Amino acid sequence: MSDESQRLRVVTDQDVVRVRQLVRTVSVAVKLSLVDQTKLVTAASELARNTLVYGGGGEVEVTRVHNERRAGIRIVFADQGPGIVDLDLALTDGYTTGGGLGLGLSGARRLVDEFAIDTEPGKGTTITIVKWCR
Amino acid sequence: MERVPVLKIGDILLVSIQIDMEDQVALQLQEDLAERIVATGVHGVIIDISALDIVDSFVGRTIATIASVSRVLDAETVVVGMRPAVAITLVELGLSLPGIRTALNVELGIEMLGRRADRDDELFDDDDEPGQAVVTTP
Ligand SMILES: Nc1ncnc2c1ncn2[C@@H]1O[C@H](COP(=O)(O)OP(=O)(O)O)[C@@H](O)[C@H]1O
Ligand SMILES: [Mg+2]
Repeated sequence: MSDESQRLRVVTDQDVVRVRQLVRTVSVAVKLSLVDQTKLVTAASELARNTLVYGGGGEVEVTRVHNERRAGIRIVFADQGPGIVDLDLALTDGYTTGGGLGLGLSGARRLVDEFAIDTEPGKGTTITIVKWCR
Repeated sequence: MERVPVLKIGDILLVSIQIDMEDQVALQLQEDLAERIVATGVHGVIIDISALDIVDSFVGRTIATIASVSRVLDAETVVVGMRPAVAITLVELGLSLPGIRTALNVELGIEMLGRRADRDDELFDDDDEPGQAVVTTP
């Protein structure tokens, strides 16, 4: 079950800041613990930057979700960029094609409860993450 | 674009990051600081991140670069005020900021830099007489 989503376009640095702020606001509303808020906002910052830098821009959708037992947040990062050819490599700590630290994808995966990538070369990349309240 | 102010206090440059920085703002700060270190000849830089509710890999890398550049320019960097949740998240992200000195707050950061200055004095003081003026810059 899920509530209404909030969407943001990600085409500038400033939009990445907006994604952080939106995710922070929703994390507080869902009553994630402070550490979990911090982890989710950090993961969102990494993935939104990737959407901008590697995906050539895209969209982020933030949704409050529930299952029988818990509330949580689902965030989807979608772009129509070049896609990720070697996913295992991209998910390796330290791997970067853009002169970064190569910790965005691998680190974000560690910081959330659910992490899924749907990517196709030439078509784009969609990454879905979920963080549940404890 | 906003800019993070850099304050000079004695032999130290103090940077207190009070805004959620866009990547460009972080890069600008890196440049501003390097220029100010050279222009002022200070030997210490304190970066106060107590107002930051997250540090991601971009800001983390910027801080690490600032520390390296400062060292090359003969200034020591201390990062102060990191929130506990930020520290936990940084480590899980995989960024442990090796080689970066940290202190709990600005006051302790200043103390830490002071101790380094004392050590340097001893290093260059070849006669052991106390109270003697010493040259600290080679
Ligand atoms: N949305 C995306 N579209 C295309 N490639 C991506 C995307 N996100 C990540 N990548 C690829 O995965 C690599 C690793 O990403 P990441 O772990 O965030 O490290 P960094 O951003 O420091 O390069 C990137 O260098 C890039 O090659
Ligand atoms: Mg990245």
